[in-house]
Amino acid sequence: MAKGYKYFEAIEKHAGKLAIFTAIMVSIGGLAEITPLFVEAHSITASAGVKPYDPLRLAGKDIYVREGCYLCHTQMIRSLRAETQRYGAYSVSSESVYDRPHQWGSKRTGPDLARLGGKYSDEWQRLHLLDPRAVVPQSNMPAYPWLADEPIDSKDSVARVRAVQLLGDPYSAEKIAAAPAALEGMTAMDALVAYLQGLGLPAEVAEDPT
Amino acid sequence: MPQTETYNDQVVRLFLLAAAIWGVLGMAIGVFVAAQLAWPALNFDTPWLTFGRLRPDHTFGVIFAFGGSALMGTCYYVAQRTGHTRLALPRLANFTFWGWQLICVLAMVTMPLGLTQSKEYAEPEWLIDLLVAVVWVSFGVVFFATLARRRIKHIYVANWYYGAFIIAVGLLHIVNNIVMPVSLTKSYPVYSGTVDAMVQWWYGHNAVAFFLTAGFLGMMYYFVPRQAQQPLWSYRFSIVNFWALISVYMWAGSHHLMYTALPDWVQSVGMAFSILLLMPSWGSAANGLLTFNGAWKRVASDPAAKFMVIALVFYAAATTEGSLMAVKTVNSLSHYTDWTVAHVHSGAIGWVAMITIGSLYAMAPRALGRPAMHSRRGMEWHFWLHVTGLVMYVASMWTAGVTAGLMWRATDSSGTLIHPFIDSLIAVRPFYLIRFLGGLLIVAGMVVMAWNLWHTAADARARLIKPIPVPIPEPEPRQMPAPVPARA
Ligand code: HEC
Ligand code: HEM
Ligand code: HEM
Repeated sequence: MAKGYKYFEAIEKHAGKLAIFTAIMVSIGGLAEITPLFVEAHSITASAGVKPYDPLRLAGKDIYVREGCYLCHTQMIRSLRAETQRYGAYSVSSESVYDRPHQWGSKRTGPDLARLGGKYSDEWQRLHLLDPRAVVPQSNMPAYPWLADEPIDSKDSVARVRAVQLLGDPYSAEKIAAAPAALEGMTAMDALVAYLQGLGLPAEVAEDPT
Repeated sequence: MPQTETYNDQVVRLFLLAAAIWGVLGMAIGVFVAAQLAWPALNFDTPWLTFGRLRPDHTFGVIFAFGGSALMGTCYYVAQRTGHTRLALPRLANFTFWGWQLICVLAMVTMPLGLTQSKEYAEPEWLIDLLVAVVWVSFGVVFFATLARRRIKHIYVANWYYGAFIIAVGLLHIVNNIVMPVSLTKSYPVYSGTVDAMVQWWYGHNAVAFFLTAGFLGMMYYFVPRQAQQPLWSYRFSIVNFWALISVYMWAGSHHLMYTALPDWVQSVGMAFSILLLMPSWGSAANGLLTFNGAWKRVASDPAAKFMVIALVFYAAATTEGSLMAVKTVNSLSHYTDWTVAHVHSGAIGWVAMITIGSLYAMAPRALGRPAMHSRRGMEWHFWLHVTGLVMYVASMWTAGVTAGLMWRATDSSGTLIHPFIDSLIAVRPFYLIRFLGGLLIVAGMVVMAWNLWHTAADARARLIKPIPVPIPEPEPRQMPAPVPARA
């Protein structure tokens, strides 16, 4: 046996040592990569001109999550020419600081949606969600007819805004106070379309003086 | 210790049953979502039947319900056999079985209802995550307590992998699921944007590494020598591979986020470590395959061994492909396309499912008190159904992925894009049909396996099984390398 083996033998005959060394070895890589990102994350939040989701869009984003749209659509334009040509300017970190969880996605069965806002009318979006094949005959996207009849629960929505506020996203007291009125009579479809129309919003980012 | 100690195979049998059922169910859902991509009418305009809500049921069902049950069952089996000891804490072990099944049922029911965190492979909401944490810790306690009372001084290789699988998955699960609950059914993660993406893919990649790789390598290191009826090819080689694998894998998660908003240095580190990963991956595959050296004749006539050999070949192939896809220029083509799906399934159907099926065929007769599986022809049929389906799946998705990737970037001489997006979907739709047909064959094979296991379990169902005694007196304590697992 090689000389080095005797060091290993000590571990191999001792369940506790084996467990501890394993735990150390598996922790190093993650710590090295994620810790710097945490530190950097603070500076991203501070400098970006992106605003947190208003209550209606937050509700819309949660429906996007609930329906699993992220399994067919990405929201991350890569820094490659073919992508910027097709979808617009590549995505940057500061654009998704209020995405909990992120919606970058990993599969494009359908096109990227990162800069969808304003590409179509609200009416198009509604029709498309009700019956995608009425608009694009070859599409394999599911239809979402139930969204149109589903009311938004404003109490639940306010609780959700408060939760992300607790996590550090900036919402003013007035904004939260105004939420129930803004959500009055809205359907899941309204919320989802508002969310989709807000995606990318280069204008709003440009407007911001910071 | 009394002379009459026996192995606790009761809980192993339960996990075996669960793995067979979840295997059929999880893959059947896979076939259904594959069909939805080919024929969208199959979404039936019904919320809980739509693709977006059912796909997580497929991934959770095959990875955690099927794979998880198989891993826990074989882990308990292997820890007893390689330690010459009875499972510690039998009541806690039973709790891990029922707890895990409860988790799987809850997750599989709530995800189609729309309760999801949308983090791939970590979709279930926070209450279920808490349950997972409790059951996982209990699993770790049973496993390490069993190691602690082993009678063989050296801890056999398979157990290192099972141990690493338990420790790492516990760690990943907890870090990735730190959330702020809003209600019983909804929560927001404390991470957002780029940090969330990195945490998620650190988790997602290492779920692949420690769930779909390390755990199943544990299975491989026990059942391959067992089925080849000769010792592992190189014991020392397995030590090197083990430490290299567990330390390198954790660095590679960022290869899921190439060219994204993730800082460049993290992407480059991920790429470098992914290429390094080739070495321990090939190392383990070679160690397993070479273990069959000199026994190839037996392999040809033993379906369980055939499953293992092909599994190892696909393990080598999927990891080679993975390292290639982690090269940034290759990833710029493969990312977001069905090429990724082809890679996933050559790992998942080729490596994970086949090593599991091979091991279950090797373990089931022993755990069920029978000399052999009920039907050898059934096993042969399963093998050919599975391999044919696998090849159809991987070849079709690979072609679809490369086709779509090339179409997305194709430009004419003036530099404008040639294809609108929908063209690429039209081009890959025929391949979705082939994938669906391949999937049908695979599920048919799983049904044959379930039928075969059911008949093999005749004695168990009639409660005629005699527990198998643990071999005592103790074997030579300074045996080295660790002994080939005891003949059951
Ligand atoms: C099965 C995969 C799939 C799912 C799930 C899916 N889509 Fe789609 N989506 C597509 C495909 C394919 C297209 C392209 C054809 C079309 O326009 O219908 C598309 C197109 C779109 C477009 C038009 C994009 C553009 O730039 O033309 C929008 C908007 C959209 N989807 C939103 C959604 C939303 C919101 C959800 C969730 C409620 C969703 N999709 C779920 C596959 C999917
Ligand atoms: C009958 C065999 C199977 C069929 C037909 C099948 C089908 C599918 C389909 C249609 C998808 C969605 C792909 C997409 O979004 O474009 C998928 C995803 C996935 N499947 Fe399977 N599957 C099968 C077996 C398995 C097995 C055995 C495993 C694991 C052990 C597995 C793991 C996965 C994973 C991890 C994904 C997600 C891939 C990604 O996000 O890139 N599948 N499968
Ligand atoms: C050396 C080993 C491996 C390396 C370097 C590797 C690398 C990669 C890369 C580069 C991707 C593509 C990420 C993207 O572009 O989105 C990927 C995806 C994936 N791989 Fe591997 N891979 C390896 C082994 C395996 C094995 C053995 C499995 C077993 C099942 C596996 C399962 C997956 C899954 C499930 C995904 C899809 C994740 C998603 O997008 O949802 N990989 N891998």
